[in-house]
Amino acid sequence: MNHILVTKEVSKSYGDYTALNKISLEIPENSIYGLLGPNGAGKTSLIRIINQITHPDSGEVFFNGELLNPNHIAMIGYLPEERGLYKSMKVGEQALYLAQLKGMSKTEAQKKLKYWFDRFEIGDWWNKKVQELSKGMAQKVQFIVTVLHEPKLLIFDEPFSGFDPINANIIKDEILELKKKGTSIIFSTHRMESVEELCEHIALIYQSEKILDGRLTDIKREYKKNIFEVGMQTSNGLEIVSDLKNHFTISEESFDAIENQLNFNLQIVSKTSREILTHLASKAPINHFLEKIPTANDIFIETIQNKGSNG
Amino acid sequence: MDKLLLIIKREYLAKVRNKSFVIMTFLSPLLMVAMVVLIAFLTKLNDSEKQIITVLNESDFFSNEFVTTETTSYINLKDLPLDVAIDSTENMGYYGMLHIPEASNIEDVAIKTFFYTKEAPSTTVLEKLESIFKTRLEQDRLYEIGVSKQQFATIQEPYTMQTATFSGELNVKGFNEIKAFIGGGFGYLIMMFIIIYGGFVMRSVIEEKTSRIIEVIISSVKPFQLMMGKIIGTSLAGITQFAIWIISASILLTAVVFFFDIDPSSFDAANQMGVQAVPAAMPSVGMVNEKIIALGMEVYKIPWVMLISFFIVYFLLGYLIYSSIYAAIGAAVDNETDTQQFVFPVIMPLMLAIYVGFFSVFNNPHGPTAVAFSLFPLTSPIVMLMRLSSGLGEGGVPIWQLVVSILLLIITFIGIVWFAAKIYRIGILMYGKKPSYKELYKWLKY
Repeated sequence: MNHILVTKEVSKSYGDYTALNKISLEIPENSIYGLLGPNGAGKTSLIRIINQITHPDSGEVFFNGELLNPNHIAMIGYLPEERGLYKSMKVGEQALYLAQLKGMSKTEAQKKLKYWFDRFEIGDWWNKKVQELSKGMAQKVQFIVTVLHEPKLLIFDEPFSGFDPINANIIKDEILELKKKGTSIIFSTHRMESVEELCEHIALIYQSEKILDGRLTDIKREYKKNIFEVGMQTSNGLEIVSDLKNHFTISEESFDAIENQLNFNLQIVSKTSREILTHLASKAPINHFLEKIPTANDIFIETIQNKGSNG
Repeated sequence: MDKLLLIIKREYLAKVRNKSFVIMTFLSPLLMVAMVVLIAFLTKLNDSEKQIITVLNESDFFSNEFVTTETTSYINLKDLPLDVAIDSTENMGYYGMLHIPEASNIEDVAIKTFFYTKEAPSTTVLEKLESIFKTRLEQDRLYEIGVSKQQFATIQEPYTMQTATFSGELNVKGFNEIKAFIGGGFGYLIMMFIIIYGGFVMRSVIEEKTSRIIEVIISSVKPFQLMMGKIIGTSLAGITQFAIWIISASILLTAVVFFFDIDPSSFDAANQMGVQAVPAAMPSVGMVNEKIIALGMEVYKIPWVMLISFFIVYFLLGYLIYSSIYAAIGAAVDNETDTQQFVFPVIMPLMLAIYVGFFSVFNNPHGPTAVAFSLFPLTSPIVMLMRLSSGLGEGGVPIWQLVVSILLLIITFIGIVWFAAKIYRIGILMYGKKPSYKELYKWLKY
């Protein structure tokens, strides 16, 4: 697989404070890459290096196989977390200005802006000043300006902050659409719930260091604990539970005597799920038997806790 | 380069389209004209108040010495008792009463003479009266030793010393003041421009920080490009403003000249006559008209081309140095109220330059203080211009001083821009707290 961006042992410090400590990442082409970590972990520092706003103290960054250089600026689109527009400037004029700064010609920018403004149905905002727009409206303009020059790599830092759920969905769909068209996307956030549905790859940054990275599905497989959630239809739930406890590790059991519903978690240690199912089926009808896959949030918290207890 | 032009264009348009810029641009000349009219009016009002002094002369030694002038007029009182004379003077609201009593000789008369006023008299009035007495006494004392009144009158002929430079060029009295005034005007213009437009640069940087657009922009262009684009764009807006002012002010002034029916042809006539005027003939009679002609000639002789070219050089370098500092200050803080502690040390050298200029350069354009301040880069744009109005080379600013001053200015410019760009680069991405000088120093090392 080709990598759109590779960082090799990138370090950056501000005075005594280390913002990044030997971060090595490989960001595959045409995928959505989640850059995760709590606030202050170093995500923004890394993104600023990729955007050549700052430069690493040591380490190298490769874009599309080449050492990062100023020509790459036009191939990257960046939506910063701290974002805004000139308040007293007109929307259209401002969008044109920002597009031209990215190296687009005026006519090209005008054509593409028309397409996007029509797509978001905001054509009549062109002559409005930014200060007349609501926060969500301004964010839409900001999104357009970020993707307008059709960059190979898009970097979104907390893209959904400032959007209401409906508009957040519109933006999410646009991001997926862009990915479909072949764009590679880095998606930086500390809010894990948005990661699940978007990212194929993730890297977890904590206290200036990368503590985890890889395909999300692989990571989940690695982090799962062979715990299955079981639901059974039975009137003598308590009996079954005490019997099962002799053979398996059971936790979080609950029995609803009125609905005759027994729920519990079962951890498989030695036996296969097939053997277990046979055993369970002999006791009572099974409603559901489901492997518990850890969420990104679970993994996030677990790794950080491990890190805390180890270090 | 294209990006720099884009930034300059945006900054220029943002400034020029701003409502307060438009209002200031068109209101300021009106205010200026109003000021001129007001000053003229007040001056006239001041002059028109004539001081009237009554004279009760009981002596034979004084008769026709008290001649009414533009500012003072004398009324002779005759055969009145002293207290009545004082009372009536006070009742009429006159300025004062001079009582010259009778005595056997003029010395006694002078000693016994009293000047009565409501309050202590003004020094100008008193000096005028004293000089009348002094002349009269001198005349009398000289008469004692055999100088006739006619001879005394010839002694009274005024005298003005002629001055020339070592190369033999004649100087005109009062001209140095005019030259210094022109230089001072240029210096003052530079100071005002730096303070006003440096402030604009600073506010523009703060605006980009508070609106959070800064990171969007510097992911496309280098911070240095943005900073320079901002400085250049803003200064172009300033130059536009000055151009509009100069044009509209001259239109308005012409209108005022016509309105008050001042005859401008008198200036023209003076200038044409000035061509033949020989400076050597000038001081003898003290004729006002010839003096003006000579001064006009000298003002023509001011090396305007040299002065204006160096005005541009010093203006550009000075403005670039100071506005870079202003940009760095804007980047270091989050809002305008935090700028005070940083702005004050910036304005100080400018103020110092103006004061040194007005007090030291006016008196002695080439004294050690003037030379030092015209070499020191933070004050040289103002002080050197004041000195340059007296000329370059012989009799004026030595060429080596000019070269050193410009070189120092260029070196400082490079140093300051480097330093400001560093602070700017870090500062624009820092939010939330006002940095101390110590932290700014740390940023230089990042």
